[in-house]
Amino acid sequence: MDALNLTEKTDWTFIEQFKKESGDNPSLCYQCGNCTAGCPYTHYFDYPVSMIMRLLQTGQKETILNSKAIWLCATCETCTTRCPCEIDVAHVMDVLRHIARRENKVAEKGVKSFYDSFLKSVKLFSRMYEVGMIMIYMLRYGYMLSAAKLGMDIGPKFLTRGKLSFFPHELMGNAEVARIFKKYRKMEKERAKK
Amino acid sequence: MRVGVFICHCGSNIAGTVDVARVAAEARKIPGVAFATNYMYTCSEPGQDEIKAAIKRENLDRIVVAACSPRMHENTFRKTIQKAGLNKYFLEMANIREHIAWIGNDKELNTEKAIDAVSMAIAKVMQNKPLHATSFKINKRVLVIGGGVAGMQAALDCADGGLDVVLVEKSPAVGGIMARLDKTFPTIDCSICILGPKMVDVGQHEKIKLFAYSEIEEIKGYIGNYQIKIRKKATYVDWEKCTGCGLCMEKCPSKNSYDYFNFGVAPTKAINIPFPQAIPKKAKIDPNYCRQFLKGKCGVCAKICPTGAINYEMKDEIVTEEVGAIVVATGYGLLDQNILTEYGGTRYPDVISGIQYERLLNASGPTSGHIERPSDHTEPKTIVFVSCAGSRDKSIGVPYCSGFCCMYIAKQAILTKDHIPDSQSYVFYMDIRSPGKGYDEFTRRAQEEYGAQYIRGRVSKIYPKGKKMIVRGADTLLGTQVEIEADLVVLATAAIAAEGAAEMAEKLHISYDTFGFYVESHPKLRPVETNTSGVFLAGACQGPKDIPSSVGQGSAAAAKVLSLFSRDMLESDPAIAQVNTNACVGCLKCLKTCPFQAIVEDTLRSGKKVAKVIETVCAGCGVCTSTCPCGAIQLQHFTDNQLLSEVSAICQM
Amino acid sequence: MAEKKYAYYSGCSQETSSKEYDISLRAVMKALDVELVEPEGWSCCGSTPAHTVNHVLAAALAARNLALVEKMNMPVLTTPCPSCLTAFKEANHRMENDSFKKDVNSLLDNPYNGTVDAKSSLQIIYEDIGLETIASKVKYVFTELKVAPYYGCIMNRPPALAKFDDPENPIAMDKILSALGLNVCDFAFKTECCGAGYGYTKKDMMKELTYKVLDMARDAGANCIAVACPVCQMNLDLNQKEINKDRGSDFNMPVIYFTQLMGLAFGCSPKELAIKKLIVNPDKLLKNRMLKSETDKGQDKEKLKASA
Repeated sequence: MDALNLTEKTDWTFIEQFKKESGDNPSLCYQCGNCTAGCPYTHYFDYPVSMIMRLLQTGQKETILNSKAIWLCATCETCTTRCPCEIDVAHVMDVLRHIARRENKVAEKGVKSFYDSFLKSVKLFSRMYEVGMIMIYMLRYGYMLSAAKLGMDIGPKFLTRGKLSFFPHELMGNAEVARIFKKYRKMEKERAKK
Repeated sequence: MRVGVFICHCGSNIAGTVDVARVAAEARKIPGVAFATNYMYTCSEPGQDEIKAAIKRENLDRIVVAACSPRMHENTFRKTIQKAGLNKYFLEMANIREHIAWIGNDKELNTEKAIDAVSMAIAKVMQNKPLHATSFKINKRVLVIGGGVAGMQAALDCADGGLDVVLVEKSPAVGGIMARLDKTFPTIDCSICILGPKMVDVGQHEKIKLFAYSEIEEIKGYIGNYQIKIRKKATYVDWEKCTGCGLCMEKCPSKNSYDYFNFGVAPTKAINIPFPQAIPKKAKIDPNYCRQFLKGKCGVCAKICPTGAINYEMKDEIVTEEVGAIVVATGYGLLDQNILTEYGGTRYPDVISGIQYERLLNASGPTSGHIERPSDHTEPKTIVFVSCAGSRDKSIGVPYCSGFCCMYIAKQAILTKDHIPDSQSYVFYMDIRSPGKGYDEFTRRAQEEYGAQYIRGRVSKIYPKGKKMIVRGADTLLGTQVEIEADLVVLATAAIAAEGAAEMAEKLHISYDTFGFYVESHPKLRPVETNTSGVFLAGACQGPKDIPSSVGQGSAAAAKVLSLFSRDMLESDPAIAQVNTNACVGCLKCLKTCPFQAIVEDTLRSGKKVAKVIETVCAGCGVCTSTCPCGAIQLQHFTDNQLLSEVSAICQM
Repeated sequence: MAEKKYAYYSGCSQETSSKEYDISLRAVMKALDVELVEPEGWSCCGSTPAHTVNHVLAAALAARNLALVEKMNMPVLTTPCPSCLTAFKEANHRMENDSFKKDVNSLLDNPYNGTVDAKSSLQIIYEDIGLETIASKVKYVFTELKVAPYYGCIMNRPPALAKFDDPENPIAMDKILSALGLNVCDFAFKTECCGAGYGYTKKDMMKELTYKVLDMARDAGANCIAVACPVCQMNLDLNQKEINKDRGSDFNMPVIYFTQLMGLAFGCSPKELAIKKLIVNPDKLLKNRMLKSETDKGQDKEKLKASA
């Protein structure tokens, strides 16, 4: 492996962009590793959280945005709770996801698809409607197999206990919730133009 | 009146962001100014000579120096003009460095502000009056507060230098934290073996009057003449009669008293002598646990005591001592483990603090030096040490490094291997801080010779599983989460300010930082002085410190006291409050507000009641002047007229 | 009229997969004389998916509901679901910033002014109703139960936002369960994440974390888990069989809402508390119950013995 040429490869603009967008300051991190130590998901991460913080300090934009770690973080807030430097680490991961979305860099498509399906379901039905959400997840993103398996696992147990309904409830707020999403898209487009 | 004005460049410190030539030119225009110039380093010898020469040449009678803070050089320039024949209070300084040059980058604005500051100083100096110091006698006795290693060193050095020392220790015996340690780094010599002789010296020195189990109640007075009220807390044992035989402790039926000396590692008796080498070796009853106090019946110790020393009726006693200087050596405290909830606080008996582990290692400790798990008294084989348990943790308000933990953990890891050869120690650390002589080699030895596994990363959680404590941390060098199944976990809990540090500082009129550590007069050049003359610091009350540094500071503080006491008389500052008896209406509001009790009621020959200032006690703080409803009490050198002239100087600009 | 009244947001899960949480909470609140008023036309809080997209969008989805409560002139909104709670608290916190607030309100039909405090139902029960009242309502003590109280990861986190209980060792549920006369275990994993967020997308990851929580509960001596989070409940309850298959373990540990345990103690019938909806059947553990008056006597006898 070649030496990482920090003179050339430190993306200072990315560091500044991140600071501005998040309001967090990566320089506060002294690399104690407490976030990694407490992270329940770290075994599944390609880079442990403290390494994401380090990559951020050194402006390694591509590595971060292409990492699985930022998508596998479940915002359990353990890192934020225990960080001795008072960095809101979960928030850092959140903002990195936002940037990755914008730049179309999503290393964990399944996770992103799930979030999108959830929100689509909220947009359509104004409340999270599980059957609808799972159907969107299956149809839109083609995760037929895993989702069908999921349905087989959960379905019977839930149905016999009256825990799943095949029809969304009636709603009053429907239109307004859909409008939130619509206005948000518009806001994002205007931001992108700027 | 002929005022001379000297504007200092301070190299580029001031001249870099202030147009000093323009400031001098503007000063020249002010009526009363006979001479104004700017100079590269006014505080230098040639700079001072320049002032002296100008005084003679230009026939100047008042001087303004615009330079750094008067805290730096006011004394320098006072001496300069004094040598040139002027009263030293005919000097004013304008602080254009700290107040102006260092805080703004806009040269234009800075220059304007500097001109304002200089014109204020000119206005004031023209109102200044010649003042003359009076001298008073010093009481050459010294009070040392705190009987840890720093306080004992200060007390012994002062006593050996021929001074009478009053040593006040709040716990029942001297020795402090060091008396609780097993071995000391990096030499592994026995702590009590090297401290013991000092403790004995303190106990036997004819020049040292030891008040153990006593606290400072009140401090009155000023440098050279303090009156100290000391509260001798009730021990319920007449120490004149107690021989320290220990029979009472043996027979006492209250076996579950909290053992302060051993940090609660094991319980002790309600009447106890804290440890075998205790000085003074006297018994004391803890009324929170004693059956006689709780239930009103028992009396076993009173029956058994061969000298009849037990006295359940004993009350606290207040004694007064007079001294001329004070050494504060009140030490430090340890972070309450309960704050560390991710480590279980104190919920898990096998997660203990470093100082508790020290007691487990110690041959005179509750386990006679056998390392045992507090939960089941078995010998632990896997021991995990957690550095920075609270230190360098902004989130709990301890952003600083406790300084000595890295070293004592290395020592404890080494001793653990000595005690239990088939044990394995793990040390979680963020950075190994070991800058002392032989220190880094010592931490290397813990790893190289004693096989301690050092893991770079913080510990996130500690929890029990079966009989083990699971320590979950990170190894940032491996880039992974790690878990260790430990038998015993030792937390290097953060060093914090001693309990009651702030209250003590208020009594002493000294300053303390955000964390409660006392602030020295200058971080480099006056490390044992405080901003209150006559009060000196030693040891960890000023910040976490290891033994050598504490001892060094104890001796340094003693040297300061000895040098102060080498004189017989001290000069008092004439910048103190003075009462104009014609204007005083005798309301005595000033008497109530004076924080130094420097004001008393006086009756004039006419029978009129007025306030009177005791010159030697007044500290010149000025609280009285702002309280006085008729402007009768004025602080010399800072009178209403002098301050108002400064205000009108800037208002005219 | 009820003594206390709160705006109540059940959350989407409580309409479907976690109906029993809503049902039992309502039963308990009724027993405690607390009125819950649902804002009409409430919608999803946005939950985790929204904040992974954008914080303004997330806050808008949450704030829409807070605005409904604001219109009702009610100062406190209570929700049983920690995920909804966090969404509301985040929205309130971020909207303290004026430009953020402006952005959020530009997405809403009716602006939200930030006057509604969100509190978990656990906090309301612990702080506003209090242990004494709870204890006074207890009719039955379930002697077989050894409960591991499980709070989930975000009920008390991050502390700066949650402002309730300890983030590492919360005790509110422990104390409520003790007030019911239950045997409560010292559970070290009460705030460890169970992995539920990845129940759909990363099952292996979820199962490993779920296993650890179940394993630690058993290690703590528990025979059931009390929960306060619908997602955790579903996750811990639903996956035991599969975990047993994968790992050769034999978990059969009922995962019961703390509100169901309260209801049972207050004398509600299992039907009123929708106990049947739980997947791991708790019936065996619930068989033995004693009238509280009898246990008090028992304790008195023990005390007598001890003093003699």
